[in-house]
Amino acid sequence: MGLYVDIQKKLKGFSLNMQLETGGGFLGLLGASGCGKSMTLKCIAGIEKPDTGQIILNGRVLFDSEKKINLPPQKRRIGYLFQDYALFPNMTVEGNIGAGIRLPKIEKEEKINQMMEIFQLGQLKGRYPHQISGGQQQRVALARILASNPDVLLLDEPFSALDYYLREKLQVQLGEDLMSFHGDVLMVTHSRDEAYRLSNRLTIIKDGIPLIVGETKEIFRNPEYLEAAKITGCKNISRVEVISKEEVHATCWGVNFKVHEPIGKDIKYIGIRAHYFNGKPGGINQVGVKLTKVIDDPFEMNLVIKNKYAQNSKELWWKVSKNDWKSVYKEQMPDNLYVAPEDIMLLKE
Amino acid sequence: MDWSPILISLRTAITAIIITFFLGMYVAKWVFGMKSGKVKMLIDGLLTLPLVLPPTVVGFMLLYTFGINRPVGKFFLDYFSVRIVFSWSATVIAAVVISFPLMYRAARGAFEQVDMNLIYAGRTLGMSESRIFWRVLMPAALPGVASGGILAFARGLGEFGATAMIAGNIAGKTRTLPLAIYSDVAAGNMEGAYNYVLIIVAISFLIVLLMNYFTSKERRYKMKR
Repeated sequence: MGLYVDIQKKLKGFSLNMQLETGGGFLGLLGASGCGKSMTLKCIAGIEKPDTGQIILNGRVLFDSEKKINLPPQKRRIGYLFQDYALFPNMTVEGNIGAGIRLPKIEKEEKINQMMEIFQLGQLKGRYPHQISGGQQQRVALARILASNPDVLLLDEPFSALDYYLREKLQVQLGEDLMSFHGDVLMVTHSRDEAYRLSNRLTIIKDGIPLIVGETKEIFRNPEYLEAAKITGCKNISRVEVISKEEVHATCWGVNFKVHEPIGKDIKYIGIRAHYFNGKPGGINQVGVKLTKVIDDPFEMNLVIKNKYAQNSKELWWKVSKNDWKSVYKEQMPDNLYVAPEDIMLLKE
Repeated sequence: MDWSPILISLRTAITAIIITFFLGMYVAKWVFGMKSGKVKMLIDGLLTLPLVLPPTVVGFMLLYTFGINRPVGKFFLDYFSVRIVFSWSATVIAAVVISFPLMYRAARGAFEQVDMNLIYAGRTLGMSESRIFWRVLMPAALPGVASGGILAFARGLGEFGATAMIAGNIAGKTRTLPLAIYSDVAAGNMEGAYNYVLIIVAISFLIVLLMNYFTSKERRYKMKR
């Protein structure tokens, strides 16, 4: 059950070759802008036509290039939340929610009222989309989609049209709103925070091809690929030379690191997340601290350092809480930083 | 003053705009839905041609099509006993053909301005194509479509060259306002022409006001989004 996709489409500059399966639950598609994520959603919804491949939803064939099946969007039963929500500007909130309901008048009104109750949109009934806030627009769009009874929900960068301060609140809200939806959800995003918060499973996409698929938390812990590490927000990445079975030399920083598992032949890089350095003396995997820059974030400090024991060391980012910065490091930077072997991510090209 | 040119002109322009409005809108929707390519370019070019051709050339072509010895003209004469050339219906045909490109281009432009995601959203919500057209596309494109309609009406009202060619200049029958002005001036009756000119200026000014009203509506609508 769920949504099964295996499609190919030639685009300007690159080819989309996408395989994915929602398999019950919330699947995130994480990738940089222009990697083919939105095009994938459009193909699934039937707005665009893939060149070849298959799209199957709960056993129903929506698209099959060999059997020449290509259902129109109207017959696919796919809910599509557009990036800008695509509310009809000439209809009220009530009219928008009712737009996709194909029922006799009385039942239709009941359904609209029911959706407005679930989404707490009662007071906005007669308002037009331009008269309500971005967050409310998103909820109206979602109510409108769920009122049309889709089998699967596609979310296209659902928070990118919102102000930053609203995003976190609405991420939580969306999670709650989707509790009432029993189908699978496929969300496209370029934000690792959104992907991490909302999706159970994750596919990372690079140039139209799925790079890695798995449990979201597992992918963040061990992204396996260089690109996946970058997209999940890893700040420190270096090319490595393998020294022994469990030790590498990071050429960018001139440091030897012990790692926690045997190093495969295809390991070309390591990544260390900026939070995972430790200033307490006595650990292994030591980096000498020469502070070069301090970048002030609202609740964190980014300390940019170089390895003082190596010549031409590239920069390393270390993130510490404001508290730790004020109470300890502002006065006295540690001489060395340490990284636990299990916090070193081994990366393939 | 002879009022017949005013009545003929209004009757012609109103009949013509009703035909032009719906024809232009549906053709615009048809071309809008086509995949872009050479065929679309060719069709678009042909549909726009009457706008750039001299009206007398259009008139010549119409005469060539509807003349009583030409296949189409003969068909109407033989089967419906209707002679189109030099009749009132010829003034309508001339006005429709000349004003059509204005309506068609304005409507197509207005449709193309509409956010495609609205149409896609309608489709994924299961709305039928005709429902999407009337409930989503048309309301969003209405200001542009309406101003195109007004412009086409004005063009139909002022039509001279093609009308003279295919409908002639028969007083009380096919003599529209522009033709009446021409005839009066040709006959040295400047006073009569003067009255007609005033009427045309007044109507035209009203049309410009209406146009501005609709375009300001369009701008306001865009700002809201």
